Amino acid sequence: MPSTPPAVDDVVASLAERFGDISPSVYRGQARVVIPVEAAFEAFERLKSLGFDLLVDVSCVDYLDYKGAKHRYGLVYLLANTATNQRLTIRVFVDDPEPTVPSVVPLWEGANWLEREVWDLFGIRFAGHPDLRRLVMPEEFTAHPLRKDYPLQGRGERHNFPVITRDHS
Amino acid sequence: MAVGSPKLEVPENVFVSKLDELASWCRKNSLWPMPFATACCGIELMATGASKHDLARFGAEVFRFSPRQCDLMIVAGRVVMKMLPVLQRIWQQMHEPKWCISMGACASTGGVFDTYAVVQGIDRFIPVDMYVPGCPPRPEQLIQAIIDLQDKIQREGTITGREFDTAGRQARKRALVEITAPLSIDASRNPVLQRELAIAAEPSVRS
Repeated sequence: MPSTPPAVDDVVASLAERFGDISPSVYRGQARVVIPVEAAFEAFERLKSLGFDLLVDVSCVDYLDYKGAKHRYGLVYLLANTATNQRLTIRVFVDDPEPTVPSVVPLWEGANWLEREVWDLFGIRFAGHPDLRRLVMPEEFTAHPLRKDYPLQGRGERHNFPVITRDHS
Repeated sequence: MAVGSPKLEVPENVFVSKLDELASWCRKNSLWPMPFATACCGIELMATGASKHDLARFGAEVFRFSPRQCDLMIVAGRVVMKMLPVLQRIWQQMHEPKWCISMGACASTGGVFDTYAVVQGIDRFIPVDMYVPGCPPRPEQLIQAIIDLQDKIQREGTITGREFDTAGRQARKRALVEITAPLSIDASRNPVLQRELAIAAEPSVRS
């Protein structure tokens, strides 16, 4: 018998009451809301106090040239309440130049590396992050390769190394 | 043998060979691979070393994870740009004589991973002696590459490693001779130095 996740209608209603239009939607039984970036940290604080104690993932989408998109980047936060098994997806949209969102490391310690990865690959700044360094690309890398305007084959970084011949070794 | 010279009697169980060939014969039958395995080719590499395919039959079963103890680097799998400085450093840490096998499509050309992070063939940055096609190659193919490498070592190998001499190296040796010559070092009793001097005196043929 398929189990449906517990409803989060009360949580969505409480967010709508505080932040106005949050465009709630449901996809495959899971609720999604959109929070404006100015109110993001307050909303996350409120969600944590409502029992969402686990930040499952922080991800990002680049909507460059996407049909009907109003913003360049969409951040996706997946939250879970481990006591009630409720799940909620929060989306926050940001734009160039200097796309910045508040860091949620003060609320969920596990956000540290998740936000570093998003910074590394998309160049989203997380204001208040304790250690915003690259996570997967080499330190000397300068681009943010998962942005849609970055060429798939790079800008020559992969071949910018000294050549070792039999002469040197 | 000159006409009229007496026929040389070789006692039983005595063989006549060249030192270069003896050294090459020893080296080719005792290769110590350094497994630089980063992807699925590494699984085939392990299978090659395991009992079914048994790389020990070709004298190359002693895998060491320390470059100081190895003379054959087997690069098995894709090398990303973050890994390449590590690969180069390990290659430089290996003692000579040393050889390199590029195993599989990714190590040789980047394979299907034509992206910003993946190096499109390790031979752009380190010397490679043998390429193995396949994605991943079967253990038999890797064994064939090792047999071919053994042939190459037997064919080209020298006891002093002259086959690795490049023009740049010869120039460095000439510079060494120019430094040592005014010190009037007596080379008459030192065959190695004599040989080096002879090589240095020749015009460079290798590039």
